[in-house]
Amino acid sequence: MASEAVSGELTVGFLPLVDACLPILAREHGFAEAEGISLRLVRDMSWATVLDRLLYGHSDAAHMVAPLAIATTLGRGRPAQPLSVPFVLGLNGNAVTMRPDLARAVNPAGGLGDPAAVGAALKAHLAQTGKPLRFGVVHRYSSHNYMLRYWLAACGVRPEVDVEITTIAPPFCADALEFGEVDAICVGEPWNSVAVERGAGEIVLATAQIWRRGVEKVLALREPVMEERRADVEALVRALRKAGEHFVDPVNLDANAAILARAEYLDGNAGLIRRAISDRLLLAQGGQVLHYPDFMFQHREAANFPWVSQAEWLYSQMVRWDGLRFDSGDARKAARVFRPDVYRSALLGTGEPLPGASSKVEGSLGGPTSVSMQQGVITLENNRFFDRRPFDPALLQSYIESQSQT
Amino acid sequence: MRIAIVDESASRAAVIREGLAMLEDCEIFVVTERRGLVARIGEIAPDIVLMDLGNPSRDVLEEYFAVSRVLGRPIAMFVDESDEESIAASVDAGVSSYVVDGLAPHRIRPILDLAVRRFNAFARLEADLAEAKGKLAEREVVDKAKRILMDSRGFSEPQAYSELRKTAMNQGKRIADIAEAVVTAHQLMGGK
Repeated sequence: MASEAVSGELTVGFLPLVDACLPILAREHGFAEAEGISLRLVRDMSWATVLDRLLYGHSDAAHMVAPLAIATTLGRGRPAQPLSVPFVLGLNGNAVTMRPDLARAVNPAGGLGDPAAVGAALKAHLAQTGKPLRFGVVHRYSSHNYMLRYWLAACGVRPEVDVEITTIAPPFCADALEFGEVDAICVGEPWNSVAVERGAGEIVLATAQIWRRGVEKVLALREPVMEERRADVEALVRALRKAGEHFVDPVNLDANAAILARAEYLDGNAGLIRRAISDRLLLAQGGQVLHYPDFMFQHREAANFPWVSQAEWLYSQMVRWDGLRFDSGDARKAARVFRPDVYRSALLGTGEPLPGASSKVEGSLGGPTSVSMQQGVITLENNRFFDRRPFDPALLQSYIESQSQT
Repeated sequence: MRIAIVDESASRAAVIREGLAMLEDCEIFVVTERRGLVARIGEIAPDIVLMDLGNPSRDVLEEYFAVSRVLGRPIAMFVDESDEESIAASVDAGVSSYVVDGLAPHRIRPILDLAVRRFNAFARLEADLAEAKGKLAEREVVDKAKRILMDSRGFSEPQAYSELRKTAMNQGKRIADIAEAVVTAHQLMGGK
C-alpha cells in the first residue's frame, strides 16, 4: 500500500481533465525526478473514488476540486478527515455550455456572453417559458457548482427554485447534454469542446468571466500524511512549479497536448486538448475559434499559492448552499486546509515569487497592482467577481450573512 | 433488508449476488445500467447499496443520497467509526458501500464481509481466467512451432517437442518462448 511506500515515491490520484496537467507533466518531463521523488499516477472516473483512495491510503495525494477538500475536513456527508492543500493546481478553466437553442435564446449575439446580460436573459426566459431548467455540474462540492450558483443568484435566478442543479461526472457531461438529460453544463475542458464538436451545446460563458481569478483544483493530502512526508511534499511543490513553467510556455503546447491525450492520462483528442490549454475555445459548431486569455490559469501571479482567503471564500459558499450557519470553529478549520506555510517553506530560497501575505481581499483589483513580496516580484491583474463585489476575509461572517441562500 | 448491487460488470454483479443470496431476510437487486440509475435506486429504496469503487456514477449517486428526500431515509457513507476496519477492507477489495442511516452495524458487517469476499473471489477468478487464456495461447504457439519443425526438418512430433524442450533448457528459457521465436523466425523467412 502507498502509505508503506519508500520515501521518495508519491502516488497521486487524478481525474481525466486538462487541469490534471501539472502532476502529469512533472512526471513526464522529469521535474519530479530532478527533485528526488518519483510520481505514480492513478486515474479514476469519479471524485468519490479519488477521495476514497486518498483517505484509505491507495494514494498519497490527489488532484481535487477545491471545495471537496474543505467539505471532507468539515465532515460534510462522511466522517471528518482533515485534508491539507499545499498547492493550488490551477484557477478557472471551466465553461458554461448550453443546449444550442437555449444558448441562442439567452445569448442572441453569440460569442462569449456578458455574465450579467446572459443572466438577465436567462431570468426572462425562465419567466416566459415557466419551465424550470436543469444544469449539470461535476460535483456538489466543486468550484463549478459554486461559481454557477454565485452567477445565477447574483442575476436573480434562484438555484433549486428556478433551476435544478444536478451532478454529472465530467466524462458524461457532453452525453447528458446531447440526450436532453440537462439543458446546460458547467464543466472543465475538454468536455465543453466535446459537446460543441458534437453539436450538442454552445459555450456561453467561461467561469473566468464570473470570477476572473477563481480557485479551481488543488493538490490535497491527508494532513497526517503531509506532516509525515513533508520533505517529499515540498519536493513535489517545487516539481509542480517547474511543470507549470513548462506548461505555460507556448513552445511546448504540442508536446504537452500529446502527452495529456495519451490513453493513460486523458485518453482524448490531442487537438481539443491543445485548444483548451492554449485558452482557445470553439464556442459553437462551425464557428471561429476564440482566444480568451487566462481561460485556464496555471502559473503566473503565483497562481499556485494557496491563499487562505480562497479557502474562506469556498467556506462562505458551502455555508450558503448547504443551508448552514456561520460557525467560527468550522471557519477556522476550513481556512487551515490551505497551507501557504508549506508552499513557502518549499520554495524559499528558489527564484519563485512568494507573496508577503497569506490572505488577500479577493476580487478587489480592477487592474495591474504590485503586491508586497517576501521574495521575487509579481503584479496581480484584474481578479474581480463579475458583480464587482469583493470578498474581505476579515469580514467573513458579515459576507456570509449578507448572501441570499436562494 | 433490501440490498442494491450497482456494477457495470454484469458478471461481477452476478458473483456478488450469488454470494449474498445465502443471507436470510435479504432482497437483492442488481443494477448494471448507468442510464436511469438514480431513478432505479429510487424505486428499489434500498437499505444498503454496494457499488464497485471505481464506478463512474458514484458522484451522481452520492449527490442523490445527499439531497434526496424521496428515499425518506437518508443514506450515508459509512458512518460508525467502529466500522473503519471493515470499510478499509472493502475499499481495498474495490467495494464502496452506502447504508441507510441508523442501520445497526451488526447487520451491516456480515453483508460487507461477504461482499468483500465475493469481490476478492471475482478478482481471483479474473486472474485465473487471464492465466488460462495465456496458457491456451502458449499451447497454440507450441503446436505451431512443432509443425514448422516437423515440416522443415522431417521430425516426428515427439522429436519436434524434444528439440524445443532441449533448446529451452540450454538457453534457460521457457518452451513457449522458444516456440514463439521459432514461429517468428519462420514468418520472417516467408513461411506462413
